[in-house]
Amino acid sequence: MFIELVNLVSTWAIPALLFIIPVTAYLKGVKVYETFVAGAEEGFHTAVKIIPFLVGMLVAIGVFRASGAMDLLVNLIKPVTGLLGIPPDILPLAIMRPLSGGGALAIAAEMINTYGPDSFLGRLAATAQGSTDTTFYVLTVYFGSVGIIKYRYALHLGLIADITSLMAAIFITNLVFG
Amino acid sequence: MVNLIWLALLASGIVVAGINGNIGVVTTAALSSAQRAVTIALELIGIMALWLGLLKIAEEAGLVRLLARLMRPLTTFLFPSVPKDHPVMGAILMNLSANILGLGNAATPFGLKTMQGLQSLNSKPDEASDAMCTFLALNTSCITLIPATIIGVRAAAGSQNPAEIVGTTIFATGVAMTVAILTDRLFRARFGRDHRR
Repeated sequence: MFIELVNLVSTWAIPALLFIIPVTAYLKGVKVYETFVAGAEEGFHTAVKIIPFLVGMLVAIGVFRASGAMDLLVNLIKPVTGLLGIPPDILPLAIMRPLSGGGALAIAAEMINTYGPDSFLGRLAATAQGSTDTTFYVLTVYFGSVGIIKYRYALHLGLIADITSLMAAIFITNLVFG
Repeated sequence: MVNLIWLALLASGIVVAGINGNIGVVTTAALSSAQRAVTIALELIGIMALWLGLLKIAEEAGLVRLLARLMRPLTTFLFPSVPKDHPVMGAILMNLSANILGLGNAATPFGLKTMQGLQSLNSKPDEASDAMCTFLALNTSCITLIPATIIGVRAAAGSQNPAEIVGTTIFATGVAMTVAILTDRLFRARFGRDHRR
């Protein structure tokens, strides 16, 4: 019931906005097409501006992933994270999640297929994948678009949120499906 | 911190590949990642143009201001350093709504519009303001009601009930978002540089 309702809202949200905003604006005397074009022009500049930031970040992440350095890191931290109750099989996903959305999805999909979608690890992978956003991508793109190079404590906040969502995912998956 | 992480990712990758004797993958990964970055940015142009065009219409019609006024208690609580009636509040709300509904494509343009607005209030243009840190904390931890992609993966793998992880996901992201907001408050109290207006 809840899921169907949310799905309905998600499906209708964009068509509804595309209808309501221009119609309301037109009734208020806004030159809708000219205004749209003026706003749309900014999209190009912003997208081009983030390219150097994105290249820098994706190259570093791509090399880290392809070289096998990630597997090494997993083996290094396994003993420590085991003490915290983190299953070792979830570590590759946990490390990849803040770095690369596509990379994390690939790992999660592989876990779901290997262990089965309704296994504990399959459900944990799905919950961990769905419960946070790609911190590095968001920071790179958002800060890059306005030329900010000093992130201050924003990265710490993002990573704290990532660790929290992983721990919460392990806790709740254990509780509900364990 | 970001400099150190960037260097660590790159350098550790190269050293490990060298020791493992497959240094060739470094070149391939670096070049293909660089190309992919441009593809991502180019694909963003059309979506950005669409939503920023629509947002401009909404602004001219006074709809963004209306939304911002309705949600003022929430936004002034989260962003005390931003003037109450600043138009950026509208973009923030549009971004969070798009995130909650799982409309990732719409969330990014509103997010970038927010960054422009916050940058216009920023006293040091190369450094993140307090409000930006709060905004990014909200954004990276934001609740998504329906994680559609992962439900699709589960369905394709033959799950009995692909959507049963919705509840656990909302719980995990809710906890993360709460912790992110509280930690942001703590950090701001300790290291904050912008004062309440």
